[in-house]
Amino acid sequence: MVLGTYKQIVQARATDKQIQKISQDGGIATGLLCFALDEKLIDGAVVAGPSDEMWKPEPTVALTSDEILAAAGTKYTLSPNMWMLKEAVRQYGLEKAGIVTIPCQTMGLRKMQSYPIGVRFVADKVALDIGIFCTENFPFESLKTFISAKAGVDFELVEKMDIGKGKFWVHTADDLISFPIKETHGYEQNGCKVCLDLVSELSDVSTGSIGAPDGWSTVMTRTESGETIFSKAVDAGVIETTAINEGKFGLEMLTKLATSKKEKAMKEIDRRKELGLPVPYKASNEKEDPLANV
Amino acid sequence: MLARIKEFLGMEAKPKEVASEQEVEKVAEEEKAKPRIGYVHLSGCTGDVMSLSENYDILAPLLTEMVDIVYGQTLADVWEMPEMDLVLIEGSVCLQDDHSMHELMEAREKAGLVVAFGSCAATGCFTRYSRGGQQANPNHESFVPIGDLIKVDLAMPGCPPSPEIIAKTVVAVINGDMDYLQPMMDLVGYTEACGCDLQLKVVNQALCIGCGTCAMSCPTRAVGMTNGRPEVNSDRCVKCGVCYIQCPRSWWPAERIKQDLGL
Repeated sequence: MVLGTYKQIVQARATDKQIQKISQDGGIATGLLCFALDEKLIDGAVVAGPSDEMWKPEPTVALTSDEILAAAGTKYTLSPNMWMLKEAVRQYGLEKAGIVTIPCQTMGLRKMQSYPIGVRFVADKVALDIGIFCTENFPFESLKTFISAKAGVDFELVEKMDIGKGKFWVHTADDLISFPIKETHGYEQNGCKVCLDLVSELSDVSTGSIGAPDGWSTVMTRTESGETIFSKAVDAGVIETTAINEGKFGLEMLTKLATSKKEKAMKEIDRRKELGLPVPYKASNEKEDPLANV
Repeated sequence: MLARIKEFLGMEAKPKEVASEQEVEKVAEEEKAKPRIGYVHLSGCTGDVMSLSENYDILAPLLTEMVDIVYGQTLADVWEMPEMDLVLIEGSVCLQDDHSMHELMEAREKAGLVVAFGSCAATGCFTRYSRGGQQANPNHESFVPIGDLIKVDLAMPGCPPSPEIIAKTVVAVINGDMDYLQPMMDLVGYTEACGCDLQLKVVNQALCIGCGTCAMSCPTRAVGMTNGRPEVNSDRCVKCGVCYIQCPRSWWPAERIKQDLGL
């Protein structure tokens, strides 16, 4: 099951016009967090907020809708959100914390919840984990290289970055520049190369652009609590849904990309094991489903 | 009662587990010989037993009804160490302290299972910094994890181990849930811990993904994140090993996580 266990898979977007305007795709993470905050299902959330430096995110505890909106949109570089989780619980006193995580962060979160070896009373305070689809992530210097050297754009002028249709897109106020995603290869962080998870298989709700038309996101609800919160948001009209496109640019595309990420990672895992390097995952001949995230 | 504890901990919440829970309760209620537990306190700050005691509200019935605490400085009024099924050992052992050395060896002899309870016992933790030359005995200089001297069956590091992991482990021991305990058996071999393991065993091995779990779990805020990589302030590191143990790239309990999430 390359997409992990899920309850439902739909195409969705936030109905709020402001969220649509500032969010990356369907604004699911932003919309769902704002809704959960309004409904007191969470009392704050750890998000990749803005820092002093353009396009360099900083893990931030958002306590208001405005702070969540300020973190909308994808930054294609590292934001160690798990770092702020203890802060959110201890310093900010959150009893029901939300958090946005990419798959590797989701894995850190879930391991900490099942084995909270050195982390006191944080595991039980996480009420909602929104997992974002992720093919790979880039160190900040890699990102700078793409923008300045490959796209030839001043960092300050960039309004949005996007990956889609095989290309890396850079939006400025009056220009749209792209270069093939292949040119980013070699710039991704090394840890991503053994990652078996594109779709945040262990999140409460996972979402991302892959498989959805422009302005929409694909959403999978996975846990009971994820399904409940998402359904409430849909019932409240905060999020609208349509059936997933089963075809080539929908579910097929998502399945294809998730599979190819897993296959590439398995090759690298097997290679590293042969070299005697440590990898926390099983080799392909050690597991029943060679693509399982184990 | 066990079901209540499990519910509190969110363990095995799935309905299909109900049958086995009932079985376990039945076993618990039968007046079989209760496991005899001992507690030995060597060189540590007593934080580990305090963390254990934070569970008294949920574990009190379990600790009183389901096990017999047969030995321990503050827990049982006995001088002679009896035979025990399981002994929790808190603290590292001082090589110059004959009394501690003797108690450790005796505990190994008299206990079926030895648990290195807390990071001092498991990795040496902050006692690794001892250089002797202090009162009450300037000669007490060399402190090592108990695994350096005796065979350890289970390691539960942490400075201190969280109340939740203690409770989860107790439930797993009573249920004979070896799958849950496996990582803690594997951790027995992890006796030389340091914040620098993040660099040596994760970053150097091309495994770090900058998630920040290490920095979150550090009990002394010795770990920060710079440019998406852990940066350890060695002046603050107590060598408890928790950062590396919580790292999703050190070991990966996939099956258990899915079970816990109902996926």
